[in-house]
Amino acid sequence: MGIIDNINKLFDHRVRLGIMSILVVNEAADFNRLKELLNVTDGNLASHLKALEQVKYVQVEKSFVDRKPNTKYSTTKIGKQEFKKHIDALEKLIPK
Amino acid sequence: MESKNYLKDIGEIKNLMNRSSRFISLSGLSGILAGLYALIGGAIAYFFLFPEPGGFILFNSWNFKMLIVLLLSIAVLSIVTAFLLTSQKAKRNGEKIWDLTTQRLLFNFFIPLVTGGIYILIKLNSQHYGLTASLMLIFYGLALVNASKYTIGNIKYLGYAQIIIGLVCAALPGFGFWFWLLGFGVFHIVYGTIMYFQEQKA
Repeated sequence: MGIIDNINKLFDHRVRLGIMSILVVNEAADFNRLKELLNVTDGNLASHLKALEQVKYVQVEKSFVDRKPNTKYSTTKIGKQEFKKHIDALEKLIPK
Repeated sequence: MESKNYLKDIGEIKNLMNRSSRFISLSGLSGILAGLYALIGGAIAYFFLFPEPGGFILFNSWNFKMLIVLLLSIAVLSIVTAFLLTSQKAKRNGEKIWDLTTQRLLFNFFIPLVTGGIYILIKLNSQHYGLTASLMLIFYGLALVNASKYTIGNIKYLGYAQIIIGLVCAALPGFGFWFWLLGFGVFHIVYGTIMYFQEQKA
């Protein structure tokens, strides 16, 4: 096995990788902000967020802003660690 | 292995991290202009508002009020210029100027700046003018370093430079005016010029 041990299958998708990239450098982001940055459809984004939520890499906080529902996403500690491992593994794979 | 794909992944990660957390860089030209305003303002103060050698400026005197007005106009003019040129640049690159990142940038920039400004005003009110230039440089430097986390570019180093000469200025009383010119005038022009050439290259 060796160096590909740390490649996380869960991050092996453009949108999921994108969500994590945004969340690790921001305290939190709401649904629309993620959508705008990633340029994906509602359904697509929602399903990938769900996947990350299920493995507890991402946590969700629901609230109301001006009586409109607002969903904020942020990374968990595990999510950050896993993401970092994944990036380190990616960097090792790239020929210098 | 599909190393090409991974390379693309890394590129995309970096791009998203930058776009989501950092404000587009300030235009270099605005730095040069801010420096020029400071130098011109300094010259006006030196030739028209400063007392004769051996004299001193009295709090509440006409000269003192004019100095404050002059300082405020330099600050406002610099901010307006930076705003106009940066939004122009953003428009050219198809970026939005007012989003969450900008708000965070401004918020983090103004915390040290406003703190310093109020502190200086309190000090001036109790007739402690001696360290004004030094305090302005230090707090402005801190504001830049604090804001640098949210902007692309090397504004952090301008911040460090301002803090350092602010401290040197505090150690050498009597040269406040000259240090102020060096920090707000010369440093801005040098920094703006470097940025300007980087922009042309990119």
